[in-house]
Amino acid sequence: MFKLEKRPQASQSFAYLTPLLAILATMVAGGLLFMALGKNPFEAIRTIFWDPLFGEFASFSRPDLLVKGGPLILIAIGLSLGFRAGIWNIGAEGQYIVGAICGAGVGLAFYPMEAWYIFPLMVLSGALGGWAWAMIPALLKVKFQTNEILVSLMLVYVAEKLLAAMSLGLLRNPDGHGFPGSRNFKDYETAFNGELIPNTGMHWGVAMAFIAVIFAYVLLNRHMLGFSIRLTGEAPRAAKFASVNPTRVILFCLGTSGALAGMAGLFEVSGPAGQISIDFNSGYGFTAIIVAFLGRLHPVGILFAGLLMALTYIGGELAQLTLGLPAAAIQLFQGMLLFFLLAADLLTNYRIKRVKKEAV
Amino acid sequence: MDLSAINPALLLASLLVAATPILLAGIGELVVERAGVLNLGVEGMMITGAICGFMATIVTGSPALGFLFAATGGAALSFLFALLTQYALANQVASGLALTLFGLGLSSLLGQDYVGLKPPSTPQLDIPLLSDIPFLGTVLFSHDAIVYLGIALVAAVWATLKYTRVGLVLRAVGENHDAAHALGYKVVRIRVLAIMFGGACAGLGGAYISLVRVPQWTEGMTAGAGWIALALVVFASWKPWRVLLGAWLFGGINVLQLNLQAAGVAIPVEYLTMSPYIITILVLVIMSADKSRAPASLGRIFHASS
Repeated sequence: MFKLEKRPQASQSFAYLTPLLAILATMVAGGLLFMALGKNPFEAIRTIFWDPLFGEFASFSRPDLLVKGGPLILIAIGLSLGFRAGIWNIGAEGQYIVGAICGAGVGLAFYPMEAWYIFPLMVLSGALGGWAWAMIPALLKVKFQTNEILVSLMLVYVAEKLLAAMSLGLLRNPDGHGFPGSRNFKDYETAFNGELIPNTGMHWGVAMAFIAVIFAYVLLNRHMLGFSIRLTGEAPRAAKFASVNPTRVILFCLGTSGALAGMAGLFEVSGPAGQISIDFNSGYGFTAIIVAFLGRLHPVGILFAGLLMALTYIGGELAQLTLGLPAAAIQLFQGMLLFFLLAADLLTNYRIKRVKKEAV
Repeated sequence: MDLSAINPALLLASLLVAATPILLAGIGELVVERAGVLNLGVEGMMITGAICGFMATIVTGSPALGFLFAATGGAALSFLFALLTQYALANQVASGLALTLFGLGLSSLLGQDYVGLKPPSTPQLDIPLLSDIPFLGTVLFSHDAIVYLGIALVAAVWATLKYTRVGLVLRAVGENHDAAHALGYKVVRIRVLAIMFGGACAGLGGAYISLVRVPQWTEGMTAGAGWIALALVVFASWKPWRVLLGAWLFGGINVLQLNLQAAGVAIPVEYLTMSPYIITILVLVIMSADKSRAPASLGRIFHASS
């Protein structure tokens, strides 16, 4: 018989070890899954985790690491603030879409003007769009104690419909012969979010992601507001006695995560994606939830987790091309990772003890 | 726009059909939450049920076996959630999200060879005599068995929670798990069973979408129905009959917006299809003023320390 004993304090070493354990377990379970699909498991794992970085065509896929990792990290940093305080914004996908629509809308309104201030304005309005979209669940939670999980998620579906309406209506390319989708930012130099250093994948969004990591680290470790956030999550009663203002924490956490997700959407639409289209969003807002947990809600952890998750995206595409692995298998693979991570967390907070069965 | 094309009898009849998936998933989740567990994975269990039921129906040719398999699939997936939250003591919110992400991936993997197929239709259960009544017959008495199963399930859950020992124990576990444990009830076992009941119900609801409402398989076809079911439980203040009422309300809105689309209202389709989600939010806001009804141990982790 085994018995669980609560640790008086969460184990530090296991906190670092469990993500690695979870990745290892996912590789094993994923290998079994790929085997069940009739693929060579070792080849599949190698294609996903090794080939994009060091394989034959790695010079093409390496820049993608930053292109895909950037938005994931940017969104996950915002989400992690809320998750730490027990505020569950799971509608980042919606905030990402609305940010992209608002930012792209501002950019397209200036077309074909050339000016230095257009791109900063787009970034600002993208952030504002995401912030406003996140303020809906935030204000409803503050005013009416409405569950922010359900509201933020419902707003994802609303945002998806809004995206469809925009790419068919208001933002449709007037020179596009009636096809849905906006003008392509690749043809609009001033507003295009291009690579800062050629062939690295580094664009403004990635730079912003790194800045966000630093800011979040400072906020959580050196700032009173960061302390309030951590206190609200870890010891709600203590937070009450310390007169932490819950309204402020809710508004700040949801607002920040919305603004960051909106910004990520704008950087994506004006850069790698290029235009507003019906299926512009690709689930980054949901994958970022996995990233946030995989990074242990810690800024530096999220940085690594985002890059790892980007790797599974790129490797997954590669495996699709070379091995014919279905796209859904990668999605399942990412879902498994979160499962194993949550399960492995048991070791952080509890000690497993062997006990002899006693007579009751 | 031609509103006269909308037939009220058919509208009400399709309301019952549209309400059934969220009714089934909602009543299952109600039992789970009354046992003190918040399972946010309803969407994942529904979509898994949808594909399990669809596959089994295509393979065996029998919708009944399909629904059975869907319930099994939903329950099996929810068992993963039970393992995580009851034995590995993981955070319920995060585990529920993981279940949804996992279920969406699993279903699209399972379903990739089933896109575009048409399942054998589920037989209508035209109740003799009653279904011949004009108007009421069309509205109430000519549906398939699952519609009636949904309503019967609501009645059964209500009666069980209110009048039986099992219901009393379940509620005790949900209200105060430490006290229930002290009285000698197996908190973890009861919760695992409740979670699996919820999973089976969600699976049935999902299969109803893929086998009757749509009927075909497309990726992500539940489109938020699982989340609406979760909202439904809050709307119902954790009371079974109100789940039925809420499901009819949401079903009605959905059917109405579809009919308005067909009638050619001057609002673009994209804005009309937003309406169920926006109304869900509005209803949540109105209902969230009263939190007193929520089970007291909802979402709290239970660990018996000796």
